[in-house]
Amino acid sequence: MMWKWLHPYANPETSYHFAGKILPWCSRLAFIFLSIGIVWALLFAPADYQQGDTFRIFYLHVPAAMLSMGIYLGMAIAALSSLVWQLKLADASAAAMAPIGATFTFIALVTGAAWGKPMWGTWWIWDARLTSELILLFLYLGVIALHNAFEDKSLAGKAAGILALVGVINLPVIKYSVEWWNTLHQGATVSKIGQPSMTADMFWPFLICFIGFSLLVTALICVRFRTEILNRNSMRPWVRELVMQEENTHAV
Amino acid sequence: MTQLSYRAAFSLIVKRDLMIAFRHRDDIVNPLLFFIIVVSLFPLGVGPESTTLSRIAPGIIWVAALLSTLLSLDRLFKSDHADGSLEQMLLSPHPVFILVIAKIFAHWLLTGLPLILIAPLLAVLLHLHESSYGALMLTLLLGTPVLSLLGAIGVALTVGIKKGGVLLSLLVLPLYIPVLIFATSAIDTAAMNLPYNGQLAIIAAIFFGSLTLAPFAVSAALKVSTN
Repeated sequence: MMWKWLHPYANPETSYHFAGKILPWCSRLAFIFLSIGIVWALLFAPADYQQGDTFRIFYLHVPAAMLSMGIYLGMAIAALSSLVWQLKLADASAAAMAPIGATFTFIALVTGAAWGKPMWGTWWIWDARLTSELILLFLYLGVIALHNAFEDKSLAGKAAGILALVGVINLPVIKYSVEWWNTLHQGATVSKIGQPSMTADMFWPFLICFIGFSLLVTALICVRFRTEILNRNSMRPWVRELVMQEENTHAV
Repeated sequence: MTQLSYRAAFSLIVKRDLMIAFRHRDDIVNPLLFFIIVVSLFPLGVGPESTTLSRIAPGIIWVAALLSTLLSLDRLFKSDHADGSLEQMLLSPHPVFILVIAKIFAHWLLTGLPLILIAPLLAVLLHLHESSYGALMLTLLLGTPVLSLLGAIGVALTVGIKKGGVLLSLLVLPLYIPVLIFATSAIDTAAMNLPYNGQLAIIAAIFFGSLTLAPFAVSAALKVSTN
């Protein structure tokens, strides 16, 4: 019965218009949530008793880090459904997610470095979490590079999907191995800052920021998904009609 | 025409790959030479003090092993793809699993095994701690097949692309990280005369995990690449 509800969206045209319909909602809500969340987090949330105001980068860093992993998982699920059920649009959505995920991983790394400098006194340490985030970035870049290397985009989607699935099986192994490696090699270095168990007035702005960023990611994925669909169907009549309409409205 | 048994098909492919390799001996020797040269560059780069060298020896040997395996991976499917024999093998009635395992096994015999045999010599050059030799050999024995197995996924994905060489390293090297970590930590632990069974057990687990799962990924990737 779920299929009955889903199967119209196997048609690229329907999905294109569906993504177009939810896009403005997502971007508006993201704008509202993010402006409330960021103003609250940066101006009104209480400063940390230990870290002072530097801790406020937390409101950007943690959502980015959580989303970087979430998007990889989403990409792998899309890749799996494209391999198992041969859904061509699942390929397109996986391709749409990869660069966004890579960007959020990069944001998490950069904000982490900016946070680490005043707190730990160094831009980078080979801490387990930092290292596994860096490796996640490498995995993303591999998927993007493989996707770009193929001329034929439907082949590219399949190949990148296989790589994403191999990566998602490997991620836990990499994560645990890196954690173990760190504890084995460096017994007593900069100890991880114990996350302060958050009070409510710190937690709410964080939650709003997180929802805002998730909506932003959804909106961005919608934009890229629509572009992917147009790229793959550029010879179809409905795409030509769409282009004609666009041209007409611009001409008027 | 009689149907070949799985075992016969397996040994046939292994024999064929070995024969082709022995006719082009450079293909076997060159990655090995690369391995030796890379290892010998490190003492020139970091200085000849034996304490420093013995401290970083496990890492050097393993990283060099990763890189030389990476260089040799091309041979796995590239020429078969170029002359069309890969497609014929995929069309044969035998499961692709058998074909893939056989080709990876042949690749390991031609690159992993020579690497293991030459490694103790290089360990001497790097003043590796005496009690670490056993760990070095065991980790290489368990770890190099993993390198061939995971590398095969990368080659299978890139075999249809013209300039796949750099791309291949981008895809495969992040996947090698767990093996590198556990192997070097086993060798370091052995240098301190501590038991390293834990690390070996994990490398063995990674080996069996990739032995069972990687061929499926490789065959899916080959089907995409040959299209």
